[in-house]
Amino acid sequence: MKTFLRVAAPGAVLALALTGCAASDRDADAAQTETGGARDTFVFAASSDPASLDPAFANDGETFRVARQIFEGLVGTVPGTADPAPLLAESWDVADDGLEYTFHLKEGVSFHDGTDFDADAVCFNFDRWNNFTGVMQSESLSYYWQKVNGGFASSDVPGLDGTGKYESCEATDPATAVIRLASPLPELVSALSLPSFSMQSPTALEKYDADGVSGGEEAPVLPEYATAHPTGTGPYVFESWSPGEQVVLASNPDYWGETGQIKKIVFTVISDATARRQALQAGDIDGYDLVGPADVDALASAGFQIVNRDPFNVLYLAMNQANPELTDVRVRQAIAHAIDKKSLVAQTLPEGTEVATNFVPPAVDGWNADVPTYDYDPEKAKALLAEAGKSNLTIDFNYPTNVSRPYMPTPEQVFTAISADLAAVGITVNPVPEPWSPEYLDRMQGTPDHGIHLLGWTGDYNDTYNFIGVFFGAPANEWGFDDPALFKAIGDARYQADKEAQTAAYAAANAQIMELLPGIPLAHPVPSLAFKADIHGYPASPVQDEVYNVITIGD
Amino acid sequence: MTRLVLRRTALLVPTLLGLSILLFLWVRALPGGPATALLGERATPEAVDRINALYGFDRPVLQQYTGYLGQLLQGNFGVSTRTGRPVLDEFLARFPATIELTILALVIAVGVGIPLGYLAARRQGSLVDSGTVVVSLLGVTIPVFFLAFLLKWLFAVQLGWFPSAGRQDPTMVATHPTGFYVLDGLLTREFDASWDAVMHLVLPALALGSIPLAIITRITRSSVLEVQGADYVRTARAKGLGRVRLRNRVILRNAMLPVSTTIGLQVGLLLSGAVLTETVFAYPGIGSFLAQAVFNLDYAVLQGFILIIAIVYAVVNLAVDVSYGLIDPRMRTR
Repeated sequence: MKTFLRVAAPGAVLALALTGCAASDRDADAAQTETGGARDTFVFAASSDPASLDPAFANDGETFRVARQIFEGLVGTVPGTADPAPLLAESWDVADDGLEYTFHLKEGVSFHDGTDFDADAVCFNFDRWNNFTGVMQSESLSYYWQKVNGGFASSDVPGLDGTGKYESCEATDPATAVIRLASPLPELVSALSLPSFSMQSPTALEKYDADGVSGGEEAPVLPEYATAHPTGTGPYVFESWSPGEQVVLASNPDYWGETGQIKKIVFTVISDATARRQALQAGDIDGYDLVGPADVDALASAGFQIVNRDPFNVLYLAMNQANPELTDVRVRQAIAHAIDKKSLVAQTLPEGTEVATNFVPPAVDGWNADVPTYDYDPEKAKALLAEAGKSNLTIDFNYPTNVSRPYMPTPEQVFTAISADLAAVGITVNPVPEPWSPEYLDRMQGTPDHGIHLLGWTGDYNDTYNFIGVFFGAPANEWGFDDPALFKAIGDARYQADKEAQTAAYAAANAQIMELLPGIPLAHPVPSLAFKADIHGYPASPVQDEVYNVITIGD
Repeated sequence: MTRLVLRRTALLVPTLLGLSILLFLWVRALPGGPATALLGERATPEAVDRINALYGFDRPVLQQYTGYLGQLLQGNFGVSTRTGRPVLDEFLARFPATIELTILALVIAVGVGIPLGYLAARRQGSLVDSGTVVVSLLGVTIPVFFLAFLLKWLFAVQLGWFPSAGRQDPTMVATHPTGFYVLDGLLTREFDASWDAVMHLVLPALALGSIPLAIITRITRSSVLEVQGADYVRTARAKGLGRVRLRNRVILRNAMLPVSTTIGLQVGLLLSGAVLTETVFAYPGIGSFLAQAVFNLDYAVLQGFILIIAIVYAVVNLAVDVSYGLIDPRMRTR
């Protein structure tokens, strides 16, 4: 036994020493912040590395999150909303025919490398996007330019070759850039608030070979610009990126606006959602995004702050009309009346989630308060089913497994709640669970072989087409109906040059959709972030236009 | 000795070739593909087709494989579909982190396992002995990720003694000439950075080292028991060899042979355990990157990383066999 002690004792002492030191280190940190030793570093846990530092090649949230700090576009958003607001362009005029946009630029702004921001720089960026070639036209890179503009100056892909709306950009004077289009694109201004359309320094783009994306035989290899030299006009400059570990940004002393209290931002990569929560609880980070609904209460009661974004998404139950059981609108109405949306939201979705009536969230312009609604009314549902001769309705209910999307944190729970509602009115549900990718998505979007199913969408910018155009702009396997009048109504609304007329047209389309009832919009789940108690003023935005120079740290 | 090395190296070629074929077929048998992972829920079929064409996934499998092999022979492991950087660069950037972690895990396993096993054997049947046996049984049966989770929850989240994630405090400014953070701090005289790196390593290394620790303890114990009873030990004792010399020269040296083999075998276990441990502790090594590659169906990374790990494993095992030869004269003549 003595010998054992001889071996074990030093270990125990060492362990004690280690933990003792650790504990005292931590206390020292805490003491320092308590005594007002100003903490000016903001540590935010990202779920992954940015895909690239060049926002023109970005289409995912983590890449946008970093880009928003370094870069600015011509157009921003009104804080806390999805509405366009001046940013690098102080104002803009749109010609009556919707083919010419004149942007009046903010003066005295320069890029991080000292290059002046002016109309030439604006045109340089637009021309760059339109002239992407080869591998840069891959949807995994220039997704948003393709989606908004519809094509490139030239392309090997027939559907993208010269099919874009962008025609030219002219710098009429250093502070005025005129964008000309081949046909109207009313969502242009809203879309320009996306980080993909950030203004980047022409000098740096050329110097670091931003368009030198090699590829062909193999996957695209990003050039030096996209991995080490992003150069924008934003409040933070790029400092370093250790892939898999962290991205570090430093305050831009020459920023044209408020530099703010935060002098350094660290995006530390923690891919596992539970690990992000624990890192916050352990005091290792200041905040994180995509808080699981199940964690919200626990974090709040432990003294952490929960910040909600206004929802910019929709969760819906689609009813496939290619399925003969669902062709009769009365059956679809019955299903709509059978579902108790209020208790569905209360039971399965994050606190603060709103019940949906439209296929777009209320923050979007074309949202219509007067669309046909279908109140929870099991008796009416039974009557409608009897009327349609479907009192013994049996239907496949497809839902995805092992996935959590911002609009659908727990698909299985939503499925269970709706199934119970349907059973209560005499509908027999045949559950068809499938893995999210690719089986579920392939079946919903690539085949007519499904009944009712759960899906949703998170929007990109304030544009109704970005929701209902994606869903109902053309015949689709997901919905299984062909209604040329509706497709035309949505298409026509998209190209209204006048903003007010457009909003009215979209509102009408939203009512038309709820009349046809291809599916039931269920809810607009609220995305949550969590922060330490001393983080103030996080600028939560429905479209995640969140720049950290407005955050303060203190009691 | 040289012949042993040459023969083993020659054997490596068909092994790795076979492995590359198996890996290639395996990743392509996984449901879905990089295109769906990249494009999300509103991917148009055209967009998926274009991504597949871009990466060559639309070509016949045999043609894809020969192309891949041709690139491999030139030392090109392909490019990550998710990060757009060469697989080899991704591996080399993260390998030091994993080496640092596995070395510390191994140090814990060997440094605690050998004395513990020796002690248990010398006091056979005592409380220490049975305690050791129970602990090593537990060590083998508790899953690594569960232990990792437990350690993290208790010592990082509840007690706050250790950091819960990463390799370095995010607010710490440090330079990294070698990529081995503990060493970097010592080289650049940024001792606080070195210490911080050690603090980040303690919990994951304990979790990762738990199974090797249990195995090494048990092997040491049984090996020492066996040697103690061997004829040559009795002879040495009868000849009046001193207790200390007997212990160090005869018993320990002979008992260490199977233990050193075992240590070599642990390397593979450590590398596979790193996938779970690194994921739990958000530790930016090759393990957590591999786990993310599975999630993102990053074919090139899955194939490349596992191949490189296999090469590393083979080389380590060869080194172990050579060292075995140095310990055991009987091996040298073969």
